[in-house]
Amino acid sequence: MNKNIDIIDSPVLKIDKLHIAYNKTDKYAVKDVNVTVKKNAITAIMGPSGCGKSTLLRAINRMHELYPAIQTEGGIYLNEENIMKMSPIHLRRKIGMVFQRPNPFPTMSIYDNVIAGYKLNGIRIKKSEKDKIVEEALRSVALWDEVKDSLHKKGTFLSGGQQQRLCIARAIAFKPDVILLDEPTSALDPIATSKVEDLLVKLKKDYTIVMVTHNMAQAARISEYSMFMYLGDLVEYGKTKMMFTNPRDKRTEEYLTGKFG
Amino acid sequence: MGVKQNTIELKDNSAYRRLKDKLFLWAVIVVSLITISPIVLIIGKLAWKGFRQINFSFFTEVTPSTYDAMIAVSNNEVIPGGIVNGITGTLLIVGVASLMAIPIGILIGLFLFENGQKPYANLIRNLSDILQGVPSIVLGLIAYLWVVKGITHGYSAFAGSVALTIMMLPLIIRATEETMKMIPGSLKEAGMALGVPYYKVILRVLIPSGFSGLMTGILLSISRILGETAPLLLTALGNPMINWDATAPTSAVPLLIWDFYNDPNMVDLIWSSSLFLMGFVLTLNIISKRIIAKR
Amino acid sequence: MKSDTITKYVLFISSVVILLVSGGMVFSLIGDAVPVFEKFGWRFITSTEWNPTEGRESYGALPFIAGTITTSVLALLICLPMAFATSLFIAEYFRKSSFASVIGSMVDLLAGVPSIVYGLWGFYTLRPFIVELGLDPQGYGIFTSGLILAIMIIPYATSLSSEIISMVPNELKEAAYSLGATRLEVIKYVVIPNARSGIIASFILAFGRALGETMAVTMLIGNANIIPTGLFSTGNSMASVIANQFGEADGLKMSALIAIGLLLFVITGIINAVGKLVIKKMS
Repeated sequence: MNKNIDIIDSPVLKIDKLHIAYNKTDKYAVKDVNVTVKKNAITAIMGPSGCGKSTLLRAINRMHELYPAIQTEGGIYLNEENIMKMSPIHLRRKIGMVFQRPNPFPTMSIYDNVIAGYKLNGIRIKKSEKDKIVEEALRSVALWDEVKDSLHKKGTFLSGGQQQRLCIARAIAFKPDVILLDEPTSALDPIATSKVEDLLVKLKKDYTIVMVTHNMAQAARISEYSMFMYLGDLVEYGKTKMMFTNPRDKRTEEYLTGKFG
Repeated sequence: MGVKQNTIELKDNSAYRRLKDKLFLWAVIVVSLITISPIVLIIGKLAWKGFRQINFSFFTEVTPSTYDAMIAVSNNEVIPGGIVNGITGTLLIVGVASLMAIPIGILIGLFLFENGQKPYANLIRNLSDILQGVPSIVLGLIAYLWVVKGITHGYSAFAGSVALTIMMLPLIIRATEETMKMIPGSLKEAGMALGVPYYKVILRVLIPSGFSGLMTGILLSISRILGETAPLLLTALGNPMINWDATAPTSAVPLLIWDFYNDPNMVDLIWSSSLFLMGFVLTLNIISKRIIAKR
Repeated sequence: MKSDTITKYVLFISSVVILLVSGGMVFSLIGDAVPVFEKFGWRFITSTEWNPTEGRESYGALPFIAGTITTSVLALLICLPMAFATSLFIAEYFRKSSFASVIGSMVDLLAGVPSIVYGLWGFYTLRPFIVELGLDPQGYGIFTSGLILAIMIIPYATSLSSEIISMVPNELKEAAYSLGATRLEVIKYVVIPNARSGIIASFILAFGRALGETMAVTMLIGNANIIPTGLFSTGNSMASVIANQFGEADGLKMSALIAIGLLLFVITGIINAVGKLVIKKMS
């Protein structure tokens, strides 16, 4: 099953013959994925639930290794460096992640949430530097004006959409190369969703974005490239427009037309 | 290339942090193993030193006199006699306590379940929580004041039972209420809708469907009080003979252990008696855990 | 419907038992403690003299209050790292694995050991060990009692702490991992802050347990009616003095012992109430 074409000229991320199984005896959750991801673009991963799209996403910053029994074969290269050979701690600074449900740290203030990456990693920086990072990050997620007067309050009073943007700010405070998003809007209402979508479109100027989504319309709206996964296989990968107008694989077509999923 | 620029050089400090992480994990493992070591050492010691004394007469004969024990020890023989007066005493005291605590505890638990968060129910719940925290020696004092001085006019098994009843009550109340909360409300409503009297719904529906939960609570509360010594010291006192009269002084296994500990001639008997007591308590514990696992 | 009314009344009346028991307990303890407070007033709490000789009777509970507090605080200090590490073992590092359930059930077994068996083990194993280490020639006293109390309260602290730690949402931990945190950093910055009040409550409740423990302390503390002067000093706790002196007590001395029981009741009541309050605030 290899219908993946090398369509990207300057890849920031290259996934090479990736296989993942949850333990030695299980069948593969991700099978033979070969993909290159374009810099400063949004790439969407679609597919019905249980198709391995989250597993694939989590493998990119090795979050999947939180399951100790997991088996990984193949390679993932970030700027031509094999991430399997890097320390996961160091890797995750370069590849940030945003989750399905907004998860700001409830015991920390908004300010501390944004700067949490530095604190967690034991990086000591000057107060003025911190202030600058927090403001910059909150501005780039369009949250600064809303929270600048309550920076030292707990983030839990924010609305779901604001919390999710705070989580994006937390991820980009480190200036990562890649941001991974795992269905970032599935817990949000339509207005909050569209704010997050606008934000992602703006952010791609500075970051490479890979996102898992359940929502085909969302993929169509904001992504340049799309992957379609089914039962662990990468069925199809290409320009989003092409895929939606002219899917090459029958399964992709059936999914996009709502026959399953 | 993007416009972003890292203002701060992020050097890879991960090797040092991962080392710290590893060291902490090992510290947690080592300290946890130290924490559980006493249970292994205690059971090991009891088994090693106690098994020699446990024989048929251990369960059928009363405690020997100090003199007999002294003779046996000086001849390097196994101390004669057994602890049957303690076993029967424990059965009597714990039995009477259970007869009082189980029905009353279940009724109060049902009352709390019925009345939810009403102020009076909350008061009862909080008082029950406070009772659970009262040191057992204080319960011994209370039973002494109420029963030894007030009812039996002398040390008695019943006084011990009263102290242990107060210990058991909060545990049974809690277990009953928690169990009732787990029973689907539809079961109760189905019974009520048929016009069955409420007491029949309790007896035929609620208690049978919550049986395993109630049983677990009861067994755990009995295992908690079986080894209690302090309150019995102030109430049941002890008795060298088998006694089934609840108004008379009565022995119990933990009381015998205390007596043996204080009598240099009989000190060898502490291990077998403790082994027996631990075995009893742990068996109850394991049975109740099995019930939970089955549920 | 008449039978239903009767059922409701039966349930209500049984609940009155709790009122009667708790009210009667306070009433009886205070009633029988009155003589000693009438005679000595506040001196009963502040005096260190304990003299049952007829004619020169004098009762002060300060040494026992001091003995209870020192042994229990020591127990808490020893218990803290052990219960904390074990909770992390069960609820974080080896969560849901068979290691965790083995360690968990062994900790539960510790809760099942009767106090008097702890006393025996302390007397015949721990005490000689302390003598052998050269810490103290007798091996009795505050330290030995505190150590055995620590072992006794570990299961109480561990079972609640590990329950609370296991309730820290996984998504928060994942957020921290995704920012590059090591497991230790996740524990330090996410698990502990989120579980803090529950962990504190579990140690407060365990401390409450230590205050009232009787037999093991009675067998190890050395039974001296003095204010402990050091780690290996002998002493007496409130519970142990009741157990030790009850047999030959009557009159004013009995009243003094009951007054000590009342103090113990009040102190443990306050500590438990604080612990429960912390838990309630959390949820």
